[in-house]
Amino acid sequence: MLIKRPTDICPSEITDREIYRARRQFLQSVPAALAVAAAPGLFATPAFAAEKLPGVRKNPFSTNEQATPYKEVTTYNNFYEFGTDKADPAQAAKTLITRPWTVFVEGEVKNPRTYAIEDLLRLAPLEERIYRLRCVEGWSMVIPWAGFSLNEIIRRAEPTGNAKFVEFVSLHDPKQMPGQRSGVLDWPYVEGLRLDEAMHPLTLLAFGLYGEVLPQQNGAPLRLVVPWKYGFKSAKSIVRIRLVEKPPVSAWMRAAPGEYGFFSNVNPAVDHPRWSQARERRIGEFFKRATLPFNGYGEQVAQLYAGMDLKKYF
Amino acid sequence: MVKHGKILLFLACLIPLARLLWLGFNGGLGANPIEFITRSTGTWTLTFLLVTLGVTPLRRLSGWQWPIRLRRMLGLFAFFYACLHFTTYIWLDQFFDFSGIYQDIFKRPFITIGFTSFLLLIPLAVTSTQAMMRRLGGRNWQRLHRLVYLITVGGVLHYWWLVKKDVTQPAIYAAVLVLLLGYRLWYRLFRAGPKNGV
Ligand code: HEM
Repeated sequence: MLIKRPTDICPSEITDREIYRARRQFLQSVPAALAVAAAPGLFATPAFAAEKLPGVRKNPFSTNEQATPYKEVTTYNNFYEFGTDKADPAQAAKTLITRPWTVFVEGEVKNPRTYAIEDLLRLAPLEERIYRLRCVEGWSMVIPWAGFSLNEIIRRAEPTGNAKFVEFVSLHDPKQMPGQRSGVLDWPYVEGLRLDEAMHPLTLLAFGLYGEVLPQQNGAPLRLVVPWKYGFKSAKSIVRIRLVEKPPVSAWMRAAPGEYGFFSNVNPAVDHPRWSQARERRIGEFFKRATLPFNGYGEQVAQLYAGMDLKKYF
Repeated sequence: MVKHGKILLFLACLIPLARLLWLGFNGGLGANPIEFITRSTGTWTLTFLLVTLGVTPLRRLSGWQWPIRLRRMLGLFAFFYACLHFTTYIWLDQFFDFSGIYQDIFKRPFITIGFTSFLLLIPLAVTSTQAMMRRLGGRNWQRLHRLVYLITVGGVLHYWWLVKKDVTQPAIYAAVLVLLLGYRLWYRLFRAGPKNGV
């Protein structure tokens, strides 16, 4: 597969992580800082939000757009497992326990694996990927994630010839996730990608943001980031990655099949049935901006959908 | 007594606006301030509509007469917050993109119904003065002002249709509306003589 590099970046322009750090320093929560200070050994196995991830490398897929400040990225979240208001997760997600954490890679694979989160973190070098994130609700952010391509895991599992899709299952535990006590969605949260989408190098398995361990409200300890699709496709707090033959039915497809399709590629020409997708408000900006096809990643991913009617396969 | 009450109520009705301004100047509107303002003004429009609809049941159930003298102010505050809500949409949200606004109004049921409710509020606000009441005559005036039932039903539907999945909030407003309208129906069927209005 030919993967073109994005045109909008120049590696020298990527904001240095140290600059984020400086910006972040005054924001750092005292308890997390104390935890790090009290237990320096934890650096080897990062466990707490706001703890720095070691050795994160820059990556050419990054955009050079202005990143959304840490505060907004971590306080304005759609994570229905912790409530349906976007301010809820930052408050309620403290109950999520991210260590120990186990991820099963299974299904149509020759080599099913069970990973402890610590082993996953060592599977491949962590890269910084500054991606645009477009929410189906019409707002967007730019987030410096830390992680590696999902294909690192899938390759190692060796999909069989029957594997056509990948299903992602998030944690289901109403004790830790109070939002699951309500029936807003059919729990657990399930998402899916076609195998070629999942293998695409842009598709990221993220463990951190702003060079630090993912805060719980952002989907700790590991989440998917598929930057050319609406945000809900990027499943959070994943416990199961299953290679399957049939397209998985996602939680949102089940909730409202007429509104949320399997692909859910960002597409300004295809409106949500109840609102327009032509424009978006970048968090922190006053004027709305035009939404780009595939969220601006068309050069890299449009060929995955060659010949498909994207109005039909929304 | 009522006069002081009116001044107090007037000030109290301005608290939601004062809060928005205070939060706005102190960076307290969150990551998406325009969404916050749209939602806050929308919520207060609907709340004032429901409070206004609560006046008649309160008067009948308590036997007090004074609430009726506050009703006009409550209704006008509903209109006031609706104007803020609409202005927020036109100005802050869409920034006078009239083709986008036009499309929204005709293509998005939740906007269509919100807009209809807003338009219907205008004649009620215009005819809220004593002079207009006299000019229309009590019966006509009352007939016209029954539009507020339709407007409020429209407001609840508008809310119901705009939420992505969790309808808890609109359902609470809907339940209050059903109580308020149900009371009127019950009163009409079982308490009032055939000549009395609802
Ligand atoms: C009597 C008239 C109206 C009432 C009672 C009303 C009420 C509401 C309520 C309760 C909300 C939801 C607040 C929340 O989410 O907490 C809302 C949101 C909204 N309303 Fe209205 N509204 C009215 C008219 C309008 C009009 C005329 C427009 C535009 C033409 C409009 C556009 C919107 C928009 C864009 C939202 C926000 C949607 C979102 O954030 O997803 N509304 N309104």
